[in-house]
Amino acid sequence: MAEPLFTPEEQKKFDAGIAEIISHYPSDRKSAGMLPALRLLQEIKGWLPPEGLRLVAKHLEVTPERAYEVASFYVMYHLKKPGKYVVDVCTNLSCSLWGAEKMLAYLEEKLGLKAGEANEKFTLRETECLASCGTAPCLQINEDHHESLTRAKLDAILAKLS
Amino acid sequence: MASTAKGIDPIISAAWGKPQSWTLDSYKKRGGYEGLKKALEMQPAAIIDEVKKSNLRGRGGAGFPTGLKWSFVPKDSPKPKYLAVNGDESEPGTFKDRYILEDDPHMMLEGIAIASYALGVHTCYVYLRGEFKFPAERCQAAIDEAYKAGIFGKKLMGKDFELNCYLVRGAGAYICGEETALLESLEGKKGWPRLKPPFPAVVGLFGSPTVVNNVETLASVPHVFTGGSDWYAKLGTDKSGGTRLVCLSGTVNRPGVYEVSMFTTLAELIYDDKYGRGMPAGRKVKAVIPGGSSAPVLGADELDVAMEFEALKVKQTMAGSGGVIVMDDSTCMVRSLWRVARFYAEESCGQCTPCREGTPWQTRLLRKIEEGRGEPGDIDMLSNVASSIAPYPPIGLGNTICALGDAAALPTHSFLMRFKDEFEAHIREKRCPFGDKPWGSFGDWS
Repeated sequence: MAEPLFTPEEQKKFDAGIAEIISHYPSDRKSAGMLPALRLLQEIKGWLPPEGLRLVAKHLEVTPERAYEVASFYVMYHLKKPGKYVVDVCTNLSCSLWGAEKMLAYLEEKLGLKAGEANEKFTLRETECLASCGTAPCLQINEDHHESLTRAKLDAILAKLS
Repeated sequence: MASTAKGIDPIISAAWGKPQSWTLDSYKKRGGYEGLKKALEMQPAAIIDEVKKSNLRGRGGAGFPTGLKWSFVPKDSPKPKYLAVNGDESEPGTFKDRYILEDDPHMMLEGIAIASYALGVHTCYVYLRGEFKFPAERCQAAIDEAYKAGIFGKKLMGKDFELNCYLVRGAGAYICGEETALLESLEGKKGWPRLKPPFPAVVGLFGSPTVVNNVETLASVPHVFTGGSDWYAKLGTDKSGGTRLVCLSGTVNRPGVYEVSMFTTLAELIYDDKYGRGMPAGRKVKAVIPGGSSAPVLGADELDVAMEFEALKVKQTMAGSGGVIVMDDSTCMVRSLWRVARFYAEESCGQCTPCREGTPWQTRLLRKIEEGRGEPGDIDMLSNVASSIAPYPPIGLGNTICALGDAAALPTHSFLMRFKDEFEAHIREKRCPFGDKPWGSFGDWS
């Protein structure tokens, strides 16, 4: 017998969250809750497992294919299980003018990963503008924002990640 | 961080950096929600007229007159009307809205309340880019405060008018900043822009009349009512009322968000002690992108121009989203354009062939040139590819459903127009003339 998708505690969180999301839209437009619902699922499971996508689709009264179509369009949804820490490094123009390419190279060496690769602990990604151009270079780790980075500052941030 | 010049007191950024500036208590002590009180004593049509008279123009990029946009919403529609706040700030070089969301979100919420009352909107969705975790937390806390204080909810500040406000986070797609793609995303779909017309004011969210306004635009609205439309209009030029936030980044000594007069020039922004404080020692300005990465680039001899919609239009560029990116004379223009081109290739939604095929083609050609593999015909090829996405000039008449095609082609056209010699040098010398230091004075990260 397949293992259940959620623990009882996770199930409670999902049920309450999905009910709240659906309440924000007209009753005949439940499907509008797709982005928040996928975010909720990802917050609980760390990624979007196929059975989770099917469950979201069921609640929003759409086909699983529709849920997959949306999930695969947006870069912040993980259709494969990522590392414990997802590191998104901005290398857009303003950040590169402040050394972001070299910062990414340093991270690649330090983490032993190329941009786009992952291991159990880290997923390293080169990402697009994070709206922090005045405090470049910047990156996000699991959506937590870090800016005005120096090598020492970055080392200190990484040292805190267990 | 923010400062002013030419006798303009800060309006939007006045409280930034002050303790607890994001709370309702702080906002009310500064006169917050007084504009809403005034507006609630007016007829909705009079509110729209007041915004028209203020000459407030949208701060998201296109600069469309806000009052005029509001007036397009049909008054007799049997369908519900919606307000969608565009907080999908993702244009490279642009980072102003996050300061409003983090430091003074109630200013935007007050603008939402005024707009909703004027338009007969009972449901507003605030759409923030997915990466904005902290701004979203601050904004949600402010929404919760507004509900508790009876500003939002069944009665709008005691008035018999229900207004609900919900925050939605995107999931990492620049295209969702385009207003119709934003609506598709709000409807729970992938962000594919819609053909216009019909415009969202008539057929928008769930097929209903919808106004889409930028965060800064809505944060500006309360001031039209506290200060009066005449006062607000006089702060700016004949066609652009108020002040504006500009985002300064790249190779200047003090990047940041600054609230400036519409008369402030690019040169003042870069060199004035109140703003950028000039260039790194020994360096000169080589190029400036004046309004987010899609705005055509200007050369060093074109900086004596006001950072205002009409003035920049005369220079065949645009004020756009207020993102000013400065490049010094040690920056490689080919590499800079390559990086910008990669952004548009990455963010193209793939719906229109010229954009889907053209943006990666531009990127491949630029990479080839930058890496010293360019051939004599590549510059013409690059120009042709860009023209196939959107011819230049004029601005805004591309071959794609939405303006992302224009945004992808304009940088290419303008870089080639102003810095063609650098592209030719790459091909002639079969290498990047800047070697392994193509990123200007701050490129050596330490």
